[in-house]
Amino acid sequence: MSRRLLDRTWLALRLVLGCALLAACAQVPLRGTGDLGIVIERANGRVAIVDTTAKSVLGHIDGLGDLSHASVVYARDGRHAYVFGRDGGLTKVDILLQRIDKRVMQAGNSIGGAISQDGRLVVAQNYVPGGIKVFDAETLELLSEVPTESKVVGLADMPGQKFGYALFDKGEIWITDLTNPRVPVTQKYPAGLQPYDGLVTPDGRYYLAGLFGEDGIALFDSWHPEAGARKILENYGKGEEKLPVFKMPHLRGWAVAGRNAYLPAIGRHEVLLVDTASWRETGRIPVKGQPVFVMARPDGRQVWVNFAHPDNGWVQVIDTLKGEVVQTLQPGKAILHMEFTPRGEAVWLSARDDNAVSVYDTQSFTKLMTLPAQSPSGIFFTSRAARMGF
Amino acid sequence: MRNVFGMLAAIGIQTLAMPAYALAGEVQTHAFDVRETVRLVRQDCGSCHGMTLQGGLGTPLTREALAGQSAATLAVIILHGRHGTAMPPWKSLMSEAQAQWIAERLLEGFPEEIQQ
Ligand code: HEC
Repeated sequence: MSRRLLDRTWLALRLVLGCALLAACAQVPLRGTGDLGIVIERANGRVAIVDTTAKSVLGHIDGLGDLSHASVVYARDGRHAYVFGRDGGLTKVDILLQRIDKRVMQAGNSIGGAISQDGRLVVAQNYVPGGIKVFDAETLELLSEVPTESKVVGLADMPGQKFGYALFDKGEIWITDLTNPRVPVTQKYPAGLQPYDGLVTPDGRYYLAGLFGEDGIALFDSWHPEAGARKILENYGKGEEKLPVFKMPHLRGWAVAGRNAYLPAIGRHEVLLVDTASWRETGRIPVKGQPVFVMARPDGRQVWVNFAHPDNGWVQVIDTLKGEVVQTLQPGKAILHMEFTPRGEAVWLSARDDNAVSVYDTQSFTKLMTLPAQSPSGIFFTSRAARMGF
Repeated sequence: MRNVFGMLAAIGIQTLAMPAYALAGEVQTHAFDVRETVRLVRQDCGSCHGMTLQGGLGTPLTREALAGQSAATLAVIILHGRHGTAMPPWKSLMSEAQAQWIAERLLEGFPEEIQQ
């Protein structure tokens, strides 16, 4: 045997031995997670792990419980994710090994959660019993809770280990400081009637709560907490009869493009534009139905909008320079969610009733790929790991 | 848990062709798609009431939660909504017969959706 062959045999042997020790080595080649994501398959309580480069499904993680209205936040390692189920299940998954790391039942009825600035705390927002619960992100040990006696909506992380959220039944914005996670310190601010969702601006400074019970949005400036929450876009309906709202809009898909924020109007088939410097309304764009998600492509040139039943088969694209709808698509029977790839060359759309996820090129609006998924709803890419409010 | 087909067998397949429900003395002659109606309730009503109908932003719509209410009252709420709350009026999207059918099924415990 030549020396070279011996060397090679030895190398191969070492690889085999190394892999035998690292049990997962055989199934999981060494790779990053920057182009991975999770698609919720709500019908059968599982999630699909997807690759946005290959546009393919890598595998599934089963056993996550009731995933209707489920949401996901990522650990800052971009490898672990926390899935919040409707049944109050909180599951930490490893998307590389495609398995559940830990799972706890934390409440009776929950809709989502958030992760702290330093990545050490995961917080769940609950309808029943109302309130937030604080968990150690590593172990999912319960550290503390803040009871609210109201359904909690719009939980979002803010700088300084703080979390903002809104109380649907009490009409308040609460800001909880978890610097000491076992001793939460909460400030409460009157906001307006029936806040239905909330968001934090990309810089973490402002917390906004959309109001259902009255026209307008409550705005809280965390740099001026003494000023409390004030109302913006007041009376945007100007006394007109509201159209029925068959699905609550979501605000978390925060859309800021240039200096404007794009927000769904309630009970009107319009997207509202607000100047983020003055917080004044600067325009309205008529759209096809009641907007649900209004999301900006990462470069801000486009804003994509999907709609409530019965218009949920449509998606419209606003050109932010022209200030109007430039494209109307019919990607499927019930488009529940949209997610842009990290730099926005493509958008993934979940078509619930077609049991499919469709990938569109955002420049040409052509469909690049259709992937099978059972009753897909939320799509969450790992690029969220580094974004405040996601 | 009962499924749609079991339930159809129980109430009679003719529901599909011509619902025999009467509201305000008027017999509804148009049909609605039972399967689509079950899907609508689970998926679209479910966006507020939860897909399991155990409540969300909207109140629970389980048999236990609705016990004691009449189907007629619930049908009116479904068609006209509840002013001042997030419950929207569905009358532009469904017939009275369909609302009545949903109300009756809710009171019995709503059937599960059939996955294609
Ligand atoms: C946008 C949110 C939303 C949607 C969608 C929605 N509901 Fe409701 N619904 C509510 C809320 C909120 C209430 C509670 C109203 C109140 O406070 O009295 C309610 C109440 C009800 C009630 C009365 C329950 C009771 O205990 O008296 C019925 C029945 C009902 N909804 C049926 C439906 C049906 C059927 C659908 C779908 C066709 C539907 N809802 C869709 C929000 C919604």
